[in-house]
Amino acid sequence: MAVKTIEVKESITASNDRDAEKLREDLKEKGVFLINLMSSPGSGKTTLLLRTIKDLKDKLSIGVIEADIASDVDAVKIQSAGAKSIQIHTDGMCHVDAGMTEESLRELGTDGLELIILENIGNLICPAEFDTGARRNVMILSVPEGDDKPLKYPLMFSKSDVLIVTKIDTVSVFDFDFEKLKERVKRLNPDIKVFELSAKTGEGMEPWENWILSEMESFRKERCMNWA
Amino acid sequence: MDPKRDGEFQERKMHELGVVKHVMKTLEDVAKENKVTRVASVTLQIGEVSGVVHEQLLDCWNWYADRTVLFKGSDLKIETMPAVTYCENCKQEYETVKHGRTCPFCGSEDTYLLTGNQFEIKEIDAVTLD
Repeated sequence: MAVKTIEVKESITASNDRDAEKLREDLKEKGVFLINLMSSPGSGKTTLLLRTIKDLKDKLSIGVIEADIASDVDAVKIQSAGAKSIQIHTDGMCHVDAGMTEESLRELGTDGLELIILENIGNLICPAEFDTGARRNVMILSVPEGDDKPLKYPLMFSKSDVLIVTKIDTVSVFDFDFEKLKERVKRLNPDIKVFELSAKTGEGMEPWENWILSEMESFRKERCMNWA
Repeated sequence: MDPKRDGEFQERKMHELGVVKHVMKTLEDVAKENKVTRVASVTLQIGEVSGVVHEQLLDCWNWYADRTVLFKGSDLKIETMPAVTYCENCKQEYETVKHGRTCPFCGSEDTYLLTGNQFEIKEIDAVTLD
């Protein structure tokens, strides 16, 4: 028996990064397209999901992992909309990591599912720091929240592949400058795709849904090329 | 380990809880690789603008560690790492905490953080089998 100093020299996210990369590979092999959906609470993640499922369920088999600290309100709604869904509770944790995502996928069962959406905990800070193993990160900012959020929460905006601006039907009631928002976001993340829509009225839903379909098409092509 | 059931723990800080979980997970792997039976101390290097509240982190660590065999009684040491910002405009570096986003040399806001929000596990002192 000995007492010794062991050098670790690892970032706190290193272990999770490894798990996430492995999960991404596994999902690619299975042909499952995973989206990590993030935003602050109340911005409209679930409403957007419900509308997206309603519009796409005849084209794709969709599964949803609902992550919350408590309650199963969301999972029940999603199930009624026509997607296979499970509710996970994160034991007080403020974000979902790759390990939790993997467990949840096992619980959900990925057989027969083409698109799975992980609705992450409503939180603009922590989810951005932990890779879930998703193929794409999508975040939502609703009009009532304001166009200055990229200044206050830069990491979330820089880590997302897509920004969906929701609740555009409320724009007459709020001071929201779309051009200023886009400028702020593009400064942080020049490659981010921005969609503006209302899940309530349906306005702008098509470009978002077409993006999903074309991303999945590229995903399928990539897999075929890997086998060739 | 089920903090959910412990009423006292419900008041603990959410963010530090996640951090402790990730640190312990990494160290469990290190422990396995090095045949560690008990961890005596853990040294972290945390950037001064990382947003981690040291007191809450220590609190969370002690609470969690006490409920494990590997980390029970272990000491959590925190080394604070300085935050440095780089100015794209005049190409100089300066102390982030002192000056924030505005470059003290040229006044530009075209600046970004070079270092200072990191969270790293530096080393552990551990009892090993050999």
